[in-house]
Amino acid sequence: MINFVLSRLVRAIVTIFAVMTFAFVVLRLSGDPAQVMLGPDVPTSAIEAFRSRWGLDQPLWMQYLAYIRSILTGDFGTSMRDGMPAARLVLERIPSTLQLTVPALVLQLAIGIPAGVYAALHRQSATDRGVIFLSVLGFTVPSFVLGLLLVLVFAVTFAILPSGGYGSWQHAILPALTMSIGGIGILARFSRSAMIEVMGQPYVRTASAKGMAWRDVVWRHALPNAAVPIVTIVGFMVGSLIAGAVVVESIFSWPGIGRLLVVSVTNRDLPVVQCILLMIASAMVVSNLIVDLLYGWLDPRLRSQAAH
Amino acid sequence: MTVIDTATAQRGRGFAERLLLRTRNAAPFSVGLGIIWLAAMVFIAIFADVLRPYGITAMDLSSRLVGPGHPTHWLGTDELGRDVLSRLLQSIRISLVIAFGATILSAVFGTALGFAAAKFRGVVEHLVLALADFQAALPFLIMSLALLAFFGSSMWLLVCLMGFYGWERYARIARGLAISASAQGYASAVVQLGATPMRVYFRHILPNIASTLIVSMTLTFPEIILMESGLSFLGLGVQPPQSSLGNMVGFGREYLTTAPWIMLAPAMIIMLTTLSISLVGDWLRDKLDPTVR
Repeated sequence: MINFVLSRLVRAIVTIFAVMTFAFVVLRLSGDPAQVMLGPDVPTSAIEAFRSRWGLDQPLWMQYLAYIRSILTGDFGTSMRDGMPAARLVLERIPSTLQLTVPALVLQLAIGIPAGVYAALHRQSATDRGVIFLSVLGFTVPSFVLGLLLVLVFAVTFAILPSGGYGSWQHAILPALTMSIGGIGILARFSRSAMIEVMGQPYVRTASAKGMAWRDVVWRHALPNAAVPIVTIVGFMVGSLIAGAVVVESIFSWPGIGRLLVVSVTNRDLPVVQCILLMIASAMVVSNLIVDLLYGWLDPRLRSQAAH
Repeated sequence: MTVIDTATAQRGRGFAERLLLRTRNAAPFSVGLGIIWLAAMVFIAIFADVLRPYGITAMDLSSRLVGPGHPTHWLGTDELGRDVLSRLLQSIRISLVIAFGATILSAVFGTALGFAAAKFRGVVEHLVLALADFQAALPFLIMSLALLAFFGSSMWLLVCLMGFYGWERYARIARGLAISASAQGYASAVVQLGATPMRVYFRHILPNIASTLIVSMTLTFPEIILMESGLSFLGLGVQPPQSSLGNMVGFGREYLTTAPWIMLAPAMIIMLTTLSISLVGDWLRDKLDPTVR
C-alpha cells in the first residue's frame, strides 16, 4: 500500500513540475511582453527599463531558475497590468468559482448517478430510453449554447432570473445549471453501463439465486462494484468543470478564475496566466491523485498490482 | 449473400421503399436520421462556395437585422446586413474542415506514439505515459487558450492545436492492442519472415486494430467540434472575417434579445451535428468494436 501511494505521489510531483516548465517555456518564448504591454511606439529606453524591471533581459535559463525559486517560496510574480501580486488576484477569485463548481458537481452526482442506476435496473423500459436520450443530448449540447438558451428563456422571455452578474443566490442558478448538464449526461450514461455490466456478473446471479432480497442484491453487491468505474469518471469531470468554468463565467460575467484567465490571456498578463495554469494543474493533479487512491481502496486488486 | 436475398424479395416494391426498409433493418431510425444529417453537412462543406447566395462579408446596409423568412435572406441578416444563411454555410465548412483535419492528426499522432511505446517499452513507454499524465493535468481548453492567445490565432495553429486533442486515447488503445497483437501468431510469423518493425506495425497490426481506432475517432470528432466552437466563442479560435459556428454564436450573443436568430441558427447546427455523430458513433461501436461486447 505504501509503495502504491508513493508511486502515485512521485508521478503527481513530476506532472506538476512538467506543467511549471511548460507554462514557463510557452509563455516566455511566444512573444515579447514588453512590446505588447507598452505598445508599438514607445522609446527603446522605456522597453529596456521594463525588461530589466521584470528580469526579461536575463538569459532564459536564469529566468527559469529564478522562476522556479520564486514559485517554491510562494511568490508567483506581480500582475503586469495592475501591479498586484498575481497569487492574490487569483486567490481572490477562487471562492466565486467554487460557488459555481461545487453546486454543479453536487447536481451532477445527485442526478447523474441515480438516473443511470435506475435506467440500468429498468433496462429497455421507456424510462431507460428517456435517460439515454437525455444524457446524449446533455453532453452534446455545448455549454455556451445551453447557457445562452437558458438566458433567452429565463432572463429574456420570462424575466424570472438575472442574465448575468454576481451577488445573490439567484445569480448562481443559471450558471451552475449550465455547468452541470454535460456532466449529468456523462455520469448517467456511465453509471448505466457500469451498472449493467455488474448486474450481469455471476456473483449477482448467485446472490439473487440464493434468495437474497432484490434491494440487498442491488445495494450490497452491485452498487459497490459499479462504484469503481464511476469514481474514475467523476475524477475526470473535475477537469471538465474547471474548463467549463472558463466558458460559463464568460457568458454570465461571473467574477471567477475562468473569467480572470480569459481577461489575462487577452491582456498577455504573463504572471497571472502562469499562476492560474499552475493552480488549475495542481487542483487537477490532486483530484487525480485522490481518484487513484480511492480506486486502490475500492479495488484491492489494483493495490497489489502496483506494489509488485 | 443476404443482401442479394433481400433485394430479390423486395423486387416488387419501389426503390425508395426498398432503401428505407434496408436502412431500417440495418440501423435504428435515429441513426438513419443522423447519417442523413451528416451527409448533408459534408455536402454543404464541400459545396459551400456554390450553395451560398451571398459572399460572407457582403453587407446589405439597407436591410440590417432582418428576421428569418425574408424573401431574399431566408435566415435573416446580422448587424451589418450580412446574410446569416451564407455565413452559416461557410461556417459549417470551416468548422468541419478543422474538426476533420484535427481528428486525423490526433489519430495519427496518438497511434504512432502508442506503437512506439509498444515497440520500445522502457524509457519511451514511460515518456509517453508521462506526457499523458501531463495532458490529464491540464484541461485541454485551458492549455489551448494559453497557447492561442500567446502565439496569436491562425488557422494552421488552430488545426495543429486541435490535432493534439485526444491523442492520449489513441496512444493508450494502440499501445495496449499492439502489445497483445504482437503476442499473436500472425505478428511473430511476419517477424520470422524478416519483415521490418515498420512493416509489422503498419501493414499487419494496424489493419487488425483499425476498427477500434475508427470508433475512437467518432468519439473525438464531436469533442473537437465543441472545443473549436468554444474557443471561437471566446474570441480566440477562428478570427473574423472568417467565421466558424462557434464564432457566429459568440458574435450573435450581443444581439440575443433583439436578433436571436443570428445565434440560434449556428447553435442548432452544432447541436444536431454533434448529436448525430454521437448516435452514429455509438451504433458503429456496437457494430465494429469487439472490446465492448
